[in-house]
Amino acid sequence: MMETHIVGKAYVLGDNVDTDQIIPARHLVYSLSDPEEKKRYGQYALSGVPDAVAGLPGGRVPFIPEGEFRSPFKVIIAGKNFGCGSSREHAPACLQIAGVAAVIAESYARIFYRNVVDGGFFIPFEAADSLVGKLCTGDEVTIDVASKTVTHAGTIYALRPLGDVETILEAGDVFAYARQSGLIPTPQPVGTPTAGRTAGS
Amino acid sequence: MTLTEQVLARHAKRASVVPGDNIWVDVDVLMTHDVCGPGTIDIFKKQFGAEARVWDPEKVVIIPDHYIFTADAYAHRNVDILRAFAGSQQLPYFYDVNTPRYKGVCHIALPEEGHTRPGEVLFGTDSHTCTAGAFGEFATGIGNTDAALIMGIGKLWVKVPSTLRFVFEGTMPPYLMAKDLILHIIGDIGVDGATYRAMEFAGDGVMSLSMEERMTLCNMVIEAGGKNGMIAPDETTFAFVRSRTNKPFEPVFDRPDAHYETERRYRIADIPPTVAKPHSPDNRASVREVAGTAIDRCYIGSCTGGKVSDFLAAAKVIRGKEVKVDTYIVPATTEVMREISRSTYEGETLLSIFQKAGCKIAEGASCAACLGGPSDTFGRLNKAEVCISTTNRNFPGRMGSKQSAVYLASPYTVAASAVAGTIADPREFL
Repeated sequence: MMETHIVGKAYVLGDNVDTDQIIPARHLVYSLSDPEEKKRYGQYALSGVPDAVAGLPGGRVPFIPEGEFRSPFKVIIAGKNFGCGSSREHAPACLQIAGVAAVIAESYARIFYRNVVDGGFFIPFEAADSLVGKLCTGDEVTIDVASKTVTHAGTIYALRPLGDVETILEAGDVFAYARQSGLIPTPQPVGTPTAGRTAGS
Repeated sequence: MTLTEQVLARHAKRASVVPGDNIWVDVDVLMTHDVCGPGTIDIFKKQFGAEARVWDPEKVVIIPDHYIFTADAYAHRNVDILRAFAGSQQLPYFYDVNTPRYKGVCHIALPEEGHTRPGEVLFGTDSHTCTAGAFGEFATGIGNTDAALIMGIGKLWVKVPSTLRFVFEGTMPPYLMAKDLILHIIGDIGVDGATYRAMEFAGDGVMSLSMEERMTLCNMVIEAGGKNGMIAPDETTFAFVRSRTNKPFEPVFDRPDAHYETERRYRIADIPPTVAKPHSPDNRASVREVAGTAIDRCYIGSCTGGKVSDFLAAAKVIRGKEVKVDTYIVPATTEVMREISRSTYEGETLLSIFQKAGCKIAEGASCAACLGGPSDTFGRLNKAEVCISTTNRNFPGRMGSKQSAVYLASPYTVAASAVAGTIADPREFL
């Protein structure tokens, strides 16, 4: 189920942040289910972003502090075509493992967006008007999930409706959605976490 | 309906669909590899049970190809996971490493082994799965979670995409390749110009292309954000497919009621040899505009530019000359590797041409440095180097170091640059 409010610090990125920047390919070897190995995805999340544009407007802000596995930033603000490139699910997974609860982009690449939704990793919001340039890395933001707004220092910015995928996000992931739709006849085994939470918990 | 709509409607058991419809489709082939297979298998077991069986072993194809020739222990562990799963599920189409069945790059291996068939639905855990649209089928990339769902139930939900149609008129001049055409289109519409959309290629300029060249066109639709590429099947398609498989298939063909969101027309004669400059596939320039640019190495390989015809093109330029910068030759599959040691140009094998020119030849077929990979990967850019490459993507750090820079180009242009030592127009060498 989706959280009602997401409160945390923002990390701001530009346009076309591709999956190789989100999680460089040499790291795709770690297990997504082994708890210790999986932490490395958090450690290297966004490590491929060029230093000059890592944390706008100034850049050179590490998303993950040296030697850590979790990020102090809970919300990512991005420009156009966030997550373009590869179909690697390690990309949304690494952001969730690092502690990201929502991304607000101007637009997404299709496979990345689909992976976020079907894996139930976090909420992929789109801003009605781009927030890159309006918000700075480190700004405290509050997302109201129901009313689709994000607030910083008293200013309220509108987010777009989630549309068709809200049903899947509310169900939790595509497996829960498929069970609701009667496409998986057997109930989920008791105590088994869903795919997305497996990758992130 | 468009070709894409016809395939999706049939697989949803509907008379018709329109763009924007959310439908569940039956899957003909699910492909996965060593990078995404282990995660997919893990989710499949968690969701369907440790003893669960895949929905149809004949339809699950597993092709390890990414991190094969490396000392990385995790990479080898991941292939072990695939092997154990293929064994326990008795999957007939597992192309294991260190066996005569080993293939290499999945998108080239799929058609070689007869897994790409007109009218079908193919999902793969790799963004370049769109390559198979060249065979007149719906093919697209997905993540581990979607692949695990397909493994269990053989279905996936899809939003029906609208179609952008690209018509090429005229015949290909001897210095131009499909890579130039697709880089030209991406330069026009941008790296998100086809997001959520099908890209269909048509016209006499496209239908006169070989299957390998058609695959290059469809391979890079993902670089424009496209969901799938599509080319109507014809005798060229059927001849290729029938030479690789006896399985029956039901092709779809152009219909007069097809509605396209846009249709762009190009005269091939107007398109020059083209590159994408660092650091984006839509950062287009003609080769002439960047001729003379200093480079540190050249790379010929990958699902985009590592096929037999790609190496034949390179050999035409390189034969009888020496390369002036490090030039890496990475055949996509073991079949391509065998073929370059047999196929000849002007009486000399392609392999001999590359060896005499001083090229560095990969020890085996794989994705290699196209996506960087582990630090000991053949051809990886480990520092602030400039490379001109026949691969598909050049965002920062794609081929290794964040400090490196990649120009994307056709095999002709990369080969011309190899013998010139700086970026060079292939028309000067052909």
